Amino acid sequence: MPEPSKTALLSVRNLKIEATSYPPGEAPKTVTLVEGVNFDVQKGKVLGLIGESGAGKSTIGLTALAYGRGGVRITGGEVTLNGQDLLKLDHAGIRKVRGAKVCYVAQSAAAAFNPAHRLGEQVIEATLKHGIMSRAEAEKRALYLFRVLGLPNPETFGERYPHQVSGGQLQRAMTAMALCPNPELIVFDEPTTALDVTTQIDVLAAIKHAIEETHTAAIYITHDLAVVAQITDDILVLRHGKMVEYGTVKQIIEAPTQDYTRALVNVRGTGRDEAADQSDTLLKVDNVTAGYANGFKVLHNVSLHLPKGQTLAVVGESGSGKSTLARVITGLLPPQEGTVTFDGKPLPRALKGRKNEELRRIQMIYQMADTAMNPRQTVRNIIGRPLTFYFGLHGKQKTERVRELLDQIEMGDRFLDRFPAELSGGQKQRVAIARALAARPELILCDEPTSALDPLVAEGILKLLLKLQEETQVSYMFITHDIAIVRAIADSVAVMHRGKLVRFGPKSKVLSPPFDDYTDLLLKSVPEMEIGWLEKVLTTRRMESAGN
Amino acid sequence: MTGGGSTRDPAATMAGVAGSDPQLSVAAGTDASKGNQSLNTATSNDQGALSPWGKFVRKSPLAALILQRLALSVALLFAVSIMIFGGVEALPGDFATTYLGQSATPQAVANIRKDLGLDQPATTRYFQWLGGALQGDFGNSWASRNSVSEQIGKRLGNSLFLAFFAAIISIPLAIGLGMLAVQFRDRLVDKVINVISLAAISLPEFFVGYLLILFFAVQMGVATFPATVYDSMGLTERLSAIALPTATLVLVVLAHMMRMTRAAILNVMSSAYVETAELKGLSGLRIIARHAAPNAVAPVINVVALNLAYLVVGVVVVEVVFVYPGMGQYMVDAVTVRDMPVVQACGLIFAAFYIFLNMVADILAIVANPRLRHPR
Repeated sequence: MPEPSKTALLSVRNLKIEATSYPPGEAPKTVTLVEGVNFDVQKGKVLGLIGESGAGKSTIGLTALAYGRGGVRITGGEVTLNGQDLLKLDHAGIRKVRGAKVCYVAQSAAAAFNPAHRLGEQVIEATLKHGIMSRAEAEKRALYLFRVLGLPNPETFGERYPHQVSGGQLQRAMTAMALCPNPELIVFDEPTTALDVTTQIDVLAAIKHAIEETHTAAIYITHDLAVVAQITDDILVLRHGKMVEYGTVKQIIEAPTQDYTRALVNVRGTGRDEAADQSDTLLKVDNVTAGYANGFKVLHNVSLHLPKGQTLAVVGESGSGKSTLARVITGLLPPQEGTVTFDGKPLPRALKGRKNEELRRIQMIYQMADTAMNPRQTVRNIIGRPLTFYFGLHGKQKTERVRELLDQIEMGDRFLDRFPAELSGGQKQRVAIARALAARPELILCDEPTSALDPLVAEGILKLLLKLQEETQVSYMFITHDIAIVRAIADSVAVMHRGKLVRFGPKSKVLSPPFDDYTDLLLKSVPEMEIGWLEKVLTTRRMESAGN
Repeated sequence: MTGGGSTRDPAATMAGVAGSDPQLSVAAGTDASKGNQSLNTATSNDQGALSPWGKFVRKSPLAALILQRLALSVALLFAVSIMIFGGVEALPGDFATTYLGQSATPQAVANIRKDLGLDQPATTRYFQWLGGALQGDFGNSWASRNSVSEQIGKRLGNSLFLAFFAAIISIPLAIGLGMLAVQFRDRLVDKVINVISLAAISLPEFFVGYLLILFFAVQMGVATFPATVYDSMGLTERLSAIALPTATLVLVVLAHMMRMTRAAILNVMSSAYVETAELKGLSGLRIIARHAAPNAVAPVINVVALNLAYLVVGVVVVEVVFVYPGMGQYMVDAVTVRDMPVVQACGLIFAAFYIFLNMVADILAIVANPRLRHPR
């Protein structure tokens, strides 16, 4: 076993983490989540932990606080902080480390702040309780940190309650909370994953600035290699709880030695050119205004169209009205003004007025495949239902068609009698696609079908969608907030911002200058897999604002 | 019935107000930028000149919600008074015939009806009754000719006495046991508490009552039965008299409150902010007291209020079983002889208690919500 490093701030050796699983009807089993992981974090440096979900990133990150979430146990190895093995400490000893020497920034600050207390109190709580500073000193430091992190009105920010500030601000407040006791190490657990791209870049910049300013070491956990390339010094790539590759940012990004790392680096390689002829219109949305019964309008005068057999990508951040547009097209939300025309004929505004045939031609796949499927139905029934409903298929014929569809989504008939819980995230999304395909639709509305998936799995889904389009000539309206996906699959692009269509046209036109302000911001906010990208963007921004 | 509705009610109203507030301002904002284009839509009455009430709602949603609750309670009580009066009117049977028994000649019946004012139309009698009730005068009992208010005064005191002791034993016990069950979650202590409380809630209260009488009064002879109290009784005597009915009531309400407390705290303890508190290195006590408790208060208050209301209103059966001279028994006696003024008065007072306690619970739950105390 390798010796813990003498010079490193945190040294993890031969880490083993286990949990007990309770499979229904069987005896409890011990599952090994993490095994044989070694890494060091030097003083003032940032280590990135990267991997897909289930790789054990968060679990490993939390060992720096000697914490196992929900029954997870650290059963082997050493976690040495400043020469002291945290795993040998008793509960009181660990409490002295948590919130004082090592602090944690959670993925969802909105959930991690207590709704019942003011932000300022929560930010300085650990500092006071560990007796690190007096109240006056702690408040002064909180104010300083609010300034460094670029929070609005730093003097009065602490008086607010969590529900009174935005998600991006909460994430920065959580960073301030972690920095307040002047810790030696901070664990950032996907701090920007839940944010919009345009917000993410600000938070990322704020975190980077704060780390540099305070010389704190950090472990930065993420599944996005492009993000980690901006902020860390070293990267540890994990998969299934084991180390894949460990090296400097430069080495991992520019010269990865392992196949898995190479796949991660090249994940945004899928792509195709747009169709040249975009005149054969299938779907036409004309001047649609829609909103809710209380008078709040979500869409304002949106007009766009989608040619047959092609893909229209609808991009925008959360709250921009992308999903509402899909609901209007499906008829779930009748528009207040405007019309939706499908294949030359206007569609009845509301779902109730549409005939089965009209319903069949437009299908939908959702972001969360597991909530969109009945957990008590087998794959056979899930895919078979539209076959019976639209085509009256039964028995052998139906099974035959389900098998065909399973082949189309590259899964095969051994999945016929599985329940959704027995499928992985990517497989569930594939079944959802098969269910949509079963109706032989002409248009599939895809509502962020890949945003809950790991990059490699998402790439597989995108490739499948492209293949299916070639085979069946189906059109997609693809809702996403990810510009990389737009580049990869779209023929035409619609950019939405606060319920308005700000830009619409063929991909090549929409994604090339001259840009409007919002599209420009959106495009510049997408992290690129390039070291120093963040600095470059921030410098241009500063120059632009100086120029104004 | 009312209970289920009242626990959901505050949440629904809160969501409604909290949700519509920012949306109103957004709608107003977009409208200004678009000129008068959307003035003809359904939203136009929400914008521009807000009514004074609308302004008040926006400025202090908390006060507005509390006022709403108060007004709602008064309206509800009024509706209940109509239902009680109507229900009593619709009851089959007639006081005069019951009272006269064999000697009920048509003339005698008519005389008594005239005496009691029953020959007047129902609406007149309703407003007379309501007017009196508002001033605390429920008329005279038909059977005993005594003032109903005076009689009820004593009986209500007895009922409250019983409910009070049941409450001060059961509420701390329930919350304490709930916390204990959380502390030893899924271990033996938790399971034992759960099974016993579930058994207690599953047995009907008259059955529990008779069991207690059988063991403690008949076989062991340590408790007093019947639980009759007099004006001349001393406090200790009274307490020993009500020991068995109190125990019955405690057993009946304990489980509900205990299980809700356990569920509410468990729910909060598994939240991300409690994990944050733990990762701050705070002590277990501070985590529970400062980070978990404030967020578990609202559901616990609701269930406590519901059970308090039950202790006052639902004692009818227990009082009859133990021959305890409270409101419940008074009402049951009055029903058997068709003594309507007493039935109506008891019904209205029970309803008022129920509505009042639920209103207090709603208001406390609203006040406990930081989103409403500190709007954006």
